[in-house]
Amino acid sequence: MFKQISALTKLNIRSIPQRWGMSLATVFSVALVVLVLMAFLAMANGFRATLSGSGSTEVAVMLRKGAQAELNSGVSLAQLRLIREAPGIARNADGNSIVSGELYVIVDGLKRTTMTDVNLPLRGVEPDALVLRQGLKITHGHMFSSGSNELIVGEAILREFAGFDLGSEVRLGTATWKVVGVFSTGGTVFESEIWADAGSIQSLYQRGSGYQSVRAKLDGADGLKALQDWAENEPTLDLDIITEKEFFSSQASGITNIILYMGWPLAIIMAFGALAGAWNTMYASVEARTREIATLRAIGFAGFAAFVSTLVEALLLAFVGGLVGSMIAWLVFNGISASTLGGNFTQVVFAFEVTGEAVQSGIVMALIIGLLGGIIPSIRAARVPLLSVHSG
Amino acid sequence: MSNTEPLYVLRGLSKQYSRGKETIPIFSGLDMEIAHGEFIAIMGPSGSGKTTLLNQLGGIDSPTTGEVTFDGKRIDNLGQGALAKWRSDNVGFIFQFYNLMPTLTAAQNVELPLLLSPVKGSERKKRVATALEIVGIGDRAKHYPRQLSGGQQQRVAIARAIVADPKVLLCDEPTGDLDRTSADEVLEMLQLLNTKMGKTIIMVTHDPAAAKYAKTELFLDKGKFIKRGGKK
Repeated sequence: MFKQISALTKLNIRSIPQRWGMSLATVFSVALVVLVLMAFLAMANGFRATLSGSGSTEVAVMLRKGAQAELNSGVSLAQLRLIREAPGIARNADGNSIVSGELYVIVDGLKRTTMTDVNLPLRGVEPDALVLRQGLKITHGHMFSSGSNELIVGEAILREFAGFDLGSEVRLGTATWKVVGVFSTGGTVFESEIWADAGSIQSLYQRGSGYQSVRAKLDGADGLKALQDWAENEPTLDLDIITEKEFFSSQASGITNIILYMGWPLAIIMAFGALAGAWNTMYASVEARTREIATLRAIGFAGFAAFVSTLVEALLLAFVGGLVGSMIAWLVFNGISASTLGGNFTQVVFAFEVTGEAVQSGIVMALIIGLLGGIIPSIRAARVPLLSVHSG
Repeated sequence: MSNTEPLYVLRGLSKQYSRGKETIPIFSGLDMEIAHGEFIAIMGPSGSGKTTLLNQLGGIDSPTTGEVTFDGKRIDNLGQGALAKWRSDNVGFIFQFYNLMPTLTAAQNVELPLLLSPVKGSERKKRVATALEIVGIGDRAKHYPRQLSGGQQQRVAIARAIVADPKVLLCDEPTGDLDRTSADEVLEMLQLLNTKMGKTIIMVTHDPAAAKYAKTELFLDKGKFIKRGGKK
């Protein structure tokens, strides 16, 4: 039977050039579906990678209990002072705990590509913020001075949004700020932020002495547990304490899911169109070869061999479509920089990532289209009337 | 089974088609025996049932009633799979329009029936070459059907029909699409296969000149054989 299937499959494949137009249309429509799906997957993967890659397991993030994001959180100065004395937090050479009280403010920005207004995050930080972000480097200029209207901006901000060039002055809220430095964190979400002195933000944005979040360097593997246990028993603290990695993972999942919930249904709807195309092509293929198939069956080839070989042709066309779609997706999307609204209602800059897993999903989808589009024509091929051998 | 027994025995063979509520009889109560080594030409007007009869003999259509026995075994009651196996073991088909696979070379077309047998690759190549030599187009083995004339294509079809050494060749208007010269060459070829290789040949044709090559001429009209002729 294998010899029969193999011979008929080769026959089918060799006859594809006789139906170039329809075969190409099938390949193209499947490629388009895969391309759209891959675009969404690449976006979701890129966004997830940027956020998930941002967090450290050695840093704790503290937000007001129940707050989903820094934007709707609040931590008082008294609470911050208490946290500085908490167990489980690492200390520097001077014996001071490594802690940064931080503020998170939304400011206006202008996207370079579309020249549209967007929300950007302005983060007020304390000096320990630099220690708390692994791999942070000032790549141009210098760190802002404490108490000044100076800013440093992430490399993604500089790349994607207008007006933040080194040395330029920028109007944010009621104040004018000067960009004195550019920093890199190796592609993490922090590069989509603008940083200034926490005290200056409190003052210019009327935040009093309060903060919105606190970051602390954990003292070893047991640090988080010690900190959480201590906070549980501290009646003046009402905080959620998790690692920074967990924090960003939870932030990533919401937006990533939205992207995927949009991407998959759209790809599936388009897949129905491609399915019709594959169906048509395979029907045409069987119709065009009715006499050939009948002749082969008259010679003694089994209907099952005709069924499998037709299905293999459909799967092959779909597979080629899947590969083409994946290749175009990789060439067009992989690594391109984009920004979208993150969990804090501010822009997060990320790079599209066409991963092996996404390619796999695309190919599987293509094969499903091939299978569903090819199965009925394949049954038809298996049931071609033998009397068709006499058709002219 | 001894060769003194008929190759085919047809008993009370009837075939009718339904078109809506209408029943169209093609033939009914047909009895016939065909001996080993026969070369029969079946003639008759269009619609007389010649091709329908050939289809019953080749197991590509089943009778409405009656029996078809081949070499002592009934074939009219075989299932699709068994019938396909029977065809590959016993029958070589030759069609009016050659029915070659356009994307395969002459040799690859001829090889097709051997793919259904346990014959190994190198042996297949030898048998294909021999079959093509027998029909006189060994030098066209690598040509595609589109590169061959009608007569050459029909020779390839004959090579395909004989390569697996079937007992019977069933030919449906084998010269219907050929000029006179090519037709005569093909008919001489069939005659040679009958006389030299002992192949039983049953040929349906409109052409009285073609029928002359057969040992026996049968005339079918309105579902009945009305006249016998030929060299016998």
